[in-house]
Amino acid sequence: MSGENIPETPSLPSSGRLILTLATIAMMSGFVVVFVYQVTLEPIARNHRMALEKAVFTVIPGADTRVNYLLESEGLKRLDDEDIDRANLFAGYDAEGSLIGVAMQASARGYADVIRVLYGYSPERECIIGFTVLQSSETPGLGDKIETDPDFLANFECLDVSLNQEQTGLDNEIRAVRQGTKTEPWQIDGITGATISVEAVARALRESADRMLPILAGHLYELTEPDDISPDRGPYLSDSKVDAGFNPDKE
Amino acid sequence: MVAPQKQFESPGFDTLKEGIWKDNPVFIMLLGLCPALAVSNTALNSLAMGLASTVVLLGSSLLISMMRNVIPKQVRIASYIIIIATFVTAVDYTIHALSLELYNALGAFIQLIVVNCMILGRCEAYASKNKVSTTMVNATGMGAGFTLALFMIGSIREILGFGTFFDIPLFGPDFQNWAIFILPPGGFIVLSLLLALFAFVEKRRAPAKTEKEGGHGS
Repeated sequence: MSGENIPETPSLPSSGRLILTLATIAMMSGFVVVFVYQVTLEPIARNHRMALEKAVFTVIPGADTRVNYLLESEGLKRLDDEDIDRANLFAGYDAEGSLIGVAMQASARGYADVIRVLYGYSPERECIIGFTVLQSSETPGLGDKIETDPDFLANFECLDVSLNQEQTGLDNEIRAVRQGTKTEPWQIDGITGATISVEAVARALRESADRMLPILAGHLYELTEPDDISPDRGPYLSDSKVDAGFNPDKE
Repeated sequence: MVAPQKQFESPGFDTLKEGIWKDNPVFIMLLGLCPALAVSNTALNSLAMGLASTVVLLGSSLLISMMRNVIPKQVRIASYIIIIATFVTAVDYTIHALSLELYNALGAFIQLIVVNCMILGRCEAYASKNKVSTTMVNATGMGAGFTLALFMIGSIREILGFGTFFDIPLFGPDFQNWAIFILPPGGFIVLSLLLALFAFVEKRRAPAKTEKEGGHGS
């Protein structure tokens, strides 16, 4: 490499050779990257599915199967696992195939970055029954207590999100309060030192629940009758016959 | 940097040891400090980061050493970067496939291995001038030294910051997290303490350097 005693510029090899070298290396590189991508594609997708599944089952205690849905103002659409990225609602069923709750994502800006959470909603009890943080960069030791603090997580055993009479929004807004001052079932007992993170969680849940739950209320009957969760969906058979009349275009 | 006369010797223990102790990339050459500070908050993260960097270093050193007479020196840096980036991408996908949790913990720092000075520095200073066997021994040493350094920082930060080691609680339920060691300043504090320790030991050893090998276990 260091044989030449002439300065660098005159000893320039033909640009053809330079281009050829770079092109060859770039092509080899492209081949390797595509190969690795192909090999890892399936495991990566499986990891994401498993992580989501774990989160869904965490926020819907007692569920052991899940169905993906896309809930929009136009309606509720069932999605296969291939389209899981588009899903915004996951219904959780127990072993008998009855609906326990639905899991939905919510997000709000926290102290460091956007906090994304998944929460479980029980239509029967009209409250939030589970909560887990999907993504957060909150300060370790302070804001990240929203993921682990047992007293804080106890808020989500049954956080009241009942709808108002017109079914247009929440009856009572979810609010974060100072630690130890929770008096109403729709209040979130805060964490000292993590006020901003707790308020972000409250805001995320409030906005998401206020927007999604009224839409969900109109489509709830579609969830209680899943197509192929369980062969015998005994208790729901009669319901579904009635429901079918309301919604002829249901699959 | 590595003394040039080494390249004619057999690929022996010397060049391996250089990376681990005498030319330790983090503690002596102060290379690759960005990941050493950023993802060394737990023992597992730092070990994974160290191993990922080592795999990239070994792979790119091997290729560059094999192609050292083919790559024209005018385009060598560009070629090195492409080769390193390829291995980084492969490692990135592999970690993503192995563990989503680890992938999320390491974040963008896996992709940033591509700009780790240690790797480009090794390729330019060693792999491009030495035969494959010597290069691989040297890269193994450097990789081990980097991994060891990150692992030391990560272990100390995890033990003090979380009270755990590989997620195993050490101090019982009453342990109050020493949050500063998990936060970025903790990385600087631990790194500087270890740098001081290494400098101190080096200074003490200096007079007796030639005859003594010394144990360098952590």
